[in-house]
Amino acid sequence: PLSSRCCAPSSTAPAMNCRAEVLEVSVEGRQVEEAMLAVLHTILLHRSTGKFHYKKEGTYSIGTVGTQDVDCDFIDFAYVRVSSEELDRALRKAVGEFKDALRGSGSDGMGQISLEFYQKKKSRWPFSDECIPWELWTIKVNVVNLANEQERQICREKVGEKLCEKIINIVEVMNRHEYLPKMPTQSEVDNVFDTSLKDVQPYLYKISYQITDSLGTSVTTTMRRLIKDTLAL
Amino acid sequence: AMDTDLSSQDRKDLDKFIKFFALKTVQVIVQARLGEKISTRSSSSPTGSDWFNLAIKDIPEVTHEAKKALAGQLPAVGRSMCVEISLKTSEGDSMELEIWCLEMNEKCDKEIKVSYTVYNRLSLLLKSLLAITRVTPAYRLSRKQGHEYVILYRIYFGEVQLSGLGEGFQTVRVGTVGTPVGTITLSCAYRINLAFMSTRQFERTPPIMGIIIDHFVDRPYPSSSPMHPCNYRAGEDNGAVYPSVEDSQEVCTTSFSTSPPSQCVFTVTKAHFQTPPPVVTDTLKVPVMGLAFSHQLSSSRLSYQPAALGVGSADMGYPVLFAGGLNAAHPHQLIGPGKEGGIPPVPSQPAHGTQADQERMCTPLDGVHYSAATPSSSEDTETVSNSSEGKCGSPHDLLETIFIRKVGAFVNKPINQVTMANLDIPFAMFAPKNVELEDNDPMVNPPESPEMESPLQGSLHSEGSSGSSTGNTHDDFVMIDFKPAFSKDDILPMDLGTFYREFQNPPQLSSLSIDIGAQSMAEDLDSLPEKLAVHEKNVKEFDAFVETLQ
Repeated sequence: PLSSRCCAPSSTAPAMNCRAEVLEVSVEGRQVEEAMLAVLHTILLHRSTGKFHYKKEGTYSIGTVGTQDVDCDFIDFAYVRVSSEELDRALRKAVGEFKDALRGSGSDGMGQISLEFYQKKKSRWPFSDECIPWELWTIKVNVVNLANEQERQICREKVGEKLCEKIINIVEVMNRHEYLPKMPTQSEVDNVFDTSLKDVQPYLYKISYQITDSLGTSVTTTMRRLIKDTLAL
Repeated sequence: AMDTDLSSQDRKDLDKFIKFFALKTVQVIVQARLGEKISTRSSSSPTGSDWFNLAIKDIPEVTHEAKKALAGQLPAVGRSMCVEISLKTSEGDSMELEIWCLEMNEKCDKEIKVSYTVYNRLSLLLKSLLAITRVTPAYRLSRKQGHEYVILYRIYFGEVQLSGLGEGFQTVRVGTVGTPVGTITLSCAYRINLAFMSTRQFERTPPIMGIIIDHFVDRPYPSSSPMHPCNYRAGEDNGAVYPSVEDSQEVCTTSFSTSPPSQCVFTVTKAHFQTPPPVVTDTLKVPVMGLAFSHQLSSSRLSYQPAALGVGSADMGYPVLFAGGLNAAHPHQLIGPGKEGGIPPVPSQPAHGTQADQERMCTPLDGVHYSAATPSSSEDTETVSNSSEGKCGSPHDLLETIFIRKVGAFVNKPINQVTMANLDIPFAMFAPKNVELEDNDPMVNPPESPEMESPLQGSLHSEGSSGSSTGNTHDDFVMIDFKPAFSKDDILPMDLGTFYREFQNPPQLSSLSIDIGAQSMAEDLDSLPEKLAVHEKNVKEFDAFVETLQ
């Protein structure tokens, strides 16, 4: 379930490798949010530091990151997240949108949510800043429908076990100690870290998602095909 | 070129990092097995006391035990720090669940920057440990502890011993950090076969309640140092439980420099923290006669047991251990005999070896009460270096209930109701609850008549009709994991599964007991001739009645 490959993001950027990891889960509809939060929080736990405080002579000190246990209601599972309400809110918002999109029409219950860590590279005017990803996590989700309570109970346990495996996978990747952005100077810190939060400092990240329609293609491709077909008439 | 490449300052820093990393590792593991959710706050301004920029609380006993186990040494090749997590039932059966190993191998990374990269990677490794401690099977077990079993920890230093994990144990690697003196690896070996009711492979150990056993078995680990007697006086307000706990803690104030990256300004300051003296939170009624015990390096005792009768005249105090200061966890067990005499039978001479002793409880402050156990010891010597619980007489010799504690979140039973197992099966309580004595089975012994039934059944329940609900052999088999659907109730602290377990063995109906049953039968028999005579007199009326029905 965990595959890894490198991709070169943009043609104008220097050839920089972005490692990509893919995780797959099958969950019941009501488990989507908790499963996604568990995975995203576990990744961000490893990719967040305390707030930097720069002092003179280019030295800096780092704040303290607290952690807390979260129990899932619909999954027999618990995970640890960074103690930051702002971060939790941001993730819940993204995951909530993803869940709604999955439920929406045209969806066969398949989609994926991506968490990308990137660095900003300032460009000279008139070019805008570039976002260069250095790590991309993709979580593929397959929503299943269950018939009765007994199946749901089994699903609670099974998904719990699966998530345990995912956490172990994530930790494996983190332990490889592969590329991490250089610790930035004070002037560069906003190009590497998200300094907007008041208590923790995750690496710059963005979350996006895609819903797959029943044909197995992503929604955007379908639209393109429709327009092409229409124009061809 | 060996360590000459590493500057002395770097070497000192590295040793310090490894030492505190080991201590924090133990804290994370033990706290993850306390059975409660852990929560610490982020702080944007560095306080200087949070090693590795992580807010991990320090439970004093745990630090004490870890330091004792390490005895000033650091993990090195062949010398690993291990945290053993085991489960112990209220009957005294125990089983190893996990061994967390902090090891060092010879693979050195000379190029790595100690005070920068190594430090940050150790921080990352601790985060991984936080995550991994929640995904091994023992986590879920530890969250449910308190009622029928507790989770214990033991720290030892030396060779890793995995034999207690049973066959087919699995290993998960938490991570590695390369340093100029070797590569630190952190991993966990865990038992996967938790269906232990089928095999009798577990040692009979004295019951959990406050075991103060310190049997001085020869430790297999050469690094264990001699044992020291510890004398504590009961009743001291300010019982300095751990006099050796340092007052000052080393503080790590790290500053990192980014310009140029190779320059790191790293300061370590020694700040003096007053570790708050352990606070006696409950009053303890104990007799003066105490119990001598000694600590081995790799042991720590967090539980207290007052069953010290018959020890002898040695001037000993009670090894009363209290966790001080923190709210998070006071990992000790409190015990007291139940009011109903729900005291487990005195176990036979324990044949336990190294596993039995020196166990730590991983339970939160709001611990569970079990009946006092009376672990008898094969030794009853007066020498200071031997521990002895003394030969205990009947359970009634034991002390009164000592502590009244707030019952914890995972405990639903009142203090004085303890499930007693009468059958001599380890982990009997985990076995499926499907045992029925043949005599109770109506298919085997069909009841002849209603009157005849009660004395038969009554005799099977020898406890009679008193309130003792625990005479039922059905108590021996208690389901540990019973998750009925729709059973969650946020209002009551009790869910359906617990309710079911609680009330599945109601006390005997008095009408089924021998005395009353026999009594009523005798009465019935006596009244029979009378009744027959009355019926005979009225036989004509009965016949007429029957006619009307036809």
